[in-house]
This record gives sequence, C-alpha cells and structure tokens, in this order.
Amino acid sequence: MRLARAAPPRAVRDPAWARWALTTVALVFLAFFLVLPLIVVFAEAFQKGLGYYFASIRDPDALAAIRLTLLTVAIVVPANVVFGVCAAWSIAKFRFPGKSLLTTLIDLPFAVSPVISGLVYVLVFGAQGWFGPWLIARNIPVIFAVPGIVLATTFVTFPFVARELIPLMQAQGTDEEYSAVTLGASGWQTFWRVTLPNIKWGLFYGVVLCNARAMGEFGAVSVVSGHIRGETNTMPLHVEILYNDYNIAGAFAVASLLALLALATLVLKSFVEWRQTGTP
Amino acid sequence: MSIEALGIRKKFGAYTALDGVDLNVPQGKLVALLGPSGSGKTTLLRIIAGLEFPDPGSGRVLFHGDDVTDLPAGKRRVGFVFQHYALFRHMSVFENVAFGLRVRRRRDRPSPASISERAHRLLELVQLDGLAGRYPSQLSGGERQRVALARALAVEPKVLLLDEPFGALDARVRKDLRRWLRRFHDEIQLTTIFVTHDQEEALEIADEVVIMNKAHVEQVGTPQQVYDRPASPFVYQFLGNVNILRAPTLAGARSRRGEQGVEAPNGQIYVRPHDIEVTPHDAGGTGISAIVRHIHAAGPHARLLLEQVQTREHVEAEISRSELAELKLQVNVLVRLRLRQTHSFDEDYAI
Repeated sequence: MRLARAAPPRAVRDPAWARWALTTVALVFLAFFLVLPLIVVFAEAFQKGLGYYFASIRDPDALAAIRLTLLTVAIVVPANVVFGVCAAWSIAKFRFPGKSLLTTLIDLPFAVSPVISGLVYVLVFGAQGWFGPWLIARNIPVIFAVPGIVLATTFVTFPFVARELIPLMQAQGTDEEYSAVTLGASGWQTFWRVTLPNIKWGLFYGVVLCNARAMGEFGAVSVVSGHIRGETNTMPLHVEILYNDYNIAGAFAVASLLALLALATLVLKSFVEWRQTGTP
Repeated sequence: MSIEALGIRKKFGAYTALDGVDLNVPQGKLVALLGPSGSGKTTLLRIIAGLEFPDPGSGRVLFHGDDVTDLPAGKRRVGFVFQHYALFRHMSVFENVAFGLRVRRRRDRPSPASISERAHRLLELVQLDGLAGRYPSQLSGGERQRVALARALAVEPKVLLLDEPFGALDARVRKDLRRWLRRFHDEIQLTTIFVTHDQEEALEIADEVVIMNKAHVEQVGTPQQVYDRPASPFVYQFLGNVNILRAPTLAGARSRRGEQGVEAPNGQIYVRPHDIEVTPHDAGGTGISAIVRHIHAAGPHARLLLEQVQTREHVEAEISRSELAELKLQVNVLVRLRLRQTHSFDEDYAI
C-alpha cells in the first residue's frame, strides 16, 4: 500500500538547504583545486615583475623548449587526425574481424600510466632495447632525442580524435555515404563533401583536446627525453628543471604559458559545444 | 529500361538473404517487391542498385540486356531513395538536389547555370520549389522523401529504386504520397521498383507485384492476379485476412459447388472473411451452423466472430452494414454460413 502512493520526483522533494549545500560544496571544491592554483601560477610568474617574466620566456633554453613542444605538436596532431579518422571510419562503417579488439586497443593509452608508455619505448628503442643497437649502428637516435618524444606523445594522445569520432560516426550511419555513391560521387568526393562536413565539429573538438594533451604531456616524455637542456626539454620538462633550480618565478612564467593554453582550450571547447548544439 | 536478375544468391554469414531469386521488370513499369521483414526484398533491391553484390558466381543483373553485375553503384545510373531519406544534413535542399551533378567529372559536368536550372525544375516537379533554401532538419517527413526523390532524379537515372519509400511516414501522409507516386510514375514513365511490407500499398499502386518470402520469390503477377489466384498459402495469407477451415465440416456449405474444384489433399480450405455469406439458420438447411460470438460494427464493414457448432472453431466473417441491419444479428444467435469463394493448396503448410 505504501508503494502505491507515488513519491514526487527527487528534484521536487530536495529541500532548499540541500541544494545550496551541494552547490556550495561543488563551488568551494572548484575554487580550491582549480581557480586557486591558476591564480597562484600567474601571481608567482609575475612576482619579480614583468621584465623578469619576459626574460624567463626569452631565455634560450626556454625558447628551445617552446620550439620543441610546438614541433612535437605539429607532428603529433596531424598524425593523430589521420589515424583517428581512419580508425573511427573503419570501426563505425565496416564489419571486420578484430573490430572489438581495435576498439579496446584505442583506449589503451587512457588505461596505462604515461610513465609505463615511456618505458616501453625505452625498452624497444633504447641502447639496451630490441632495436637499439640496430638504430645506434645507423646513427638514428630515438631515445633521448626528438623522435622518442614524438613517439611517446603520439602514443599518449592517439585516443582523443578517434574516441570523439567513433560514437558520432556510428550515430550517423552509412546511408548518406551510400546516397553519395549512387549519385556518382567517388570515394574522395564522398569523404570531402559528405563525411567530413558531418564530422567537422567533432573532429575539431578532438584536435583541441589532443593538442592540449600533446603540449602538456609530462610522464611519458620525461622518461624518453633524457632532460638535455636546450635540446630535448619540452615545456613541462623545462618547468620542472627551473623549479628544481629554485627559479620559482621562471618556472611559473613558462607554466603560465601552459595555463593560457588550457584556458584557450576551454574557450574553444565551449565554442564547439555551443556550435554543435546551437545550429542545425 | 528493363531490369533482369537471374539466379541471385546472397548470404550474410550463416544467414541466407536470397536463395536463387529471379526477377524480370519490363520497361516503364512500377513494380512492388512485397514481403515480410527478413524476406530478402531490400537485399534484392540493393543488389540491383549495386550497393550489395550477389555471392560470387551465383547470378547476374542485367539492365536492358546488358550485364551490370560487376559495375559499382555510381556507374549504373540508378536513382536510389532510402527509407530514412539519407539527405545530406549539412546541405540545403537545393544543394542536395544539385549534388549528383556537381560531383561529375569536369567534362561531363553541366554549367552552374544549368545545374541550378535543373535542380529548380526538379524541385518544381516534386512541388517543393519554395523550400530550396531550407535544411533537411526543417522539413516534414513527406517533404524530405520528395527531396530524396528529386535528388535521385537529378542524375537522370535509367531506373528508380525505392526502399520502403513510405515506411517512416504516418498513415495519412503515406496514403497521399503513394497516390502521388503513382501519378508521378505515369508522368515520367521511368522503370521503378519499390520495396514494401504493406500489401495494401503494393496492391493499390503497382503494375506488378513480386511477393517474397524466406529468400524466395513466391509469386509474380498483377495485383488482381495475386489477390484472386494466390499461388501458395503464404501469398493467400499475406495479402489479406483468412479463415482456415477443415474440409469435412463443409458439406453443402459452398455456394457454387465445384468452382474451386479439387478437395484439398490436406483437408484445409482457405476462405476470406468477405467471401463468407451469413444467412438466418432456418432459411435453407445447407451450410455451416455457427453461433455469433462477437459483432464489431465500427468502420465501413461489420466484422463477425462466429463459432462453428460442430467443431467449436472460430471463423471471421465480414458483411456490409446493411446486411447486418437486415439480418438483425445479435450475439449468441445461431446462423448458417455459406462460402462464396474458397481456395485449397496441395502442399502442407504451417503458418
């Protein structure tokens, strides 16, 4: 009998104090763990004045780290766009054996600690590794050099684009592509005129996330880079080195660039989400 | 252009979608592929379009006598309309219709002015010229279906293939649109095949109906032929309501004895509800005695549920409302049933 009397929906029943309490907890948590550190980053970065801030960024080692990070991103992001589109296309639109295995493998970098991913590359390409002696004999440095950093970053970031596209392409199905084909479009025309326009915002979102992670990756890169100043230090590694040298203001100056990237990513992300829901 | 399919087989893994199917569609006809879901009709349509291919070595598809079995869809000059429209969602209605012309190689491509002119003429043809600037998401189901049709016609196809063209529409729009399609076909005279699971739709608008069941073609004929002379129990049951009676109970029940000739070897007689004549019990003395169990009088005809006195089996009869009024029927009244037209089939058949 008691069950027969239907309870009102939870949202209606929750008293005002509970709603306020929950919201407050969330906001305080956010302020403490996100906003406060962000303020600290910029406060520390500017503690010795604007001049010192820009000097820290113009330091040759810092510039080298920025250049290396940008180079890595310039290689990794396009590579992952190509890989992500191919993987998402085949998973969403074809039937083939090993499909579920591929889907699982794409998630692997999310499941594995970045340090382990870095170590794997050291074991495969390092001086004592499987291909190490062969590579050293031909004077192709991978570990403690740029190729290793690119490889490790690619591995850590490859799920972003594919993960974003797979559900989108699965939801859209293949009928539009089939239509294009019956209308006489070639494979390329179908991709450029039908598939790509349908996935462009999802793809852009994936690229933004992939880019942010590629710039900020620390663990895997740290293992393979060897921390050679001015040569194999990316921005996150350079921040760590400056910090260990007790150059707090310098460390935070470089860190502030990464923080700005994070803020820009958030803005782009909300813009894309607004585009995806706001227009037909 | 005529379409022929010869000995088509298609398996998906262990599932047989088509098992040696032949089809012959004469030039300029509107043909329905009719069957329950899973009967293979959509697969056959997609094979004709070139979106699927028959199992290697199994059969051929011929357009106007030319073998097109190995040609890809884009080279067959077919217009294909998908059940869920498959319009390009990021393109306007106009761009959708112009697509097939825009993707042609440069030397075959019409000038922008003539593309535009042709797209607008097609939109006029499907009565949508005012909506050229809209996006698919802003159109109703019926409008989307007509855009899909205009888009398919833009490439001047030699045959038109429609996959459940009205399947996703509500009942009213569906009726309007199928009559429109019939008139439209009479106007453009393009060989057309459409797939449907709705027998009313197929019988109403097709020149010829191809009835499919379990990867086979059961019967081919005009709507009247397949309805009046069904080739198998399946066809009989698929095309309308049916009563199955046991022959021994029918002594003297048939109005015109011997017209349907042979007694059924398996003892089963098929009769449609509207072929059952209901008479007062005291009138003649021949016919099946039955008791009225339920009268359903809402609608154009009255449907009676009757119970045979001898076998206690139920029979459904359909009579006009004026007959119902004349007979003054009521529930639990005893009546006699006579069968105007019956069918029997040689083979054993289970529903």
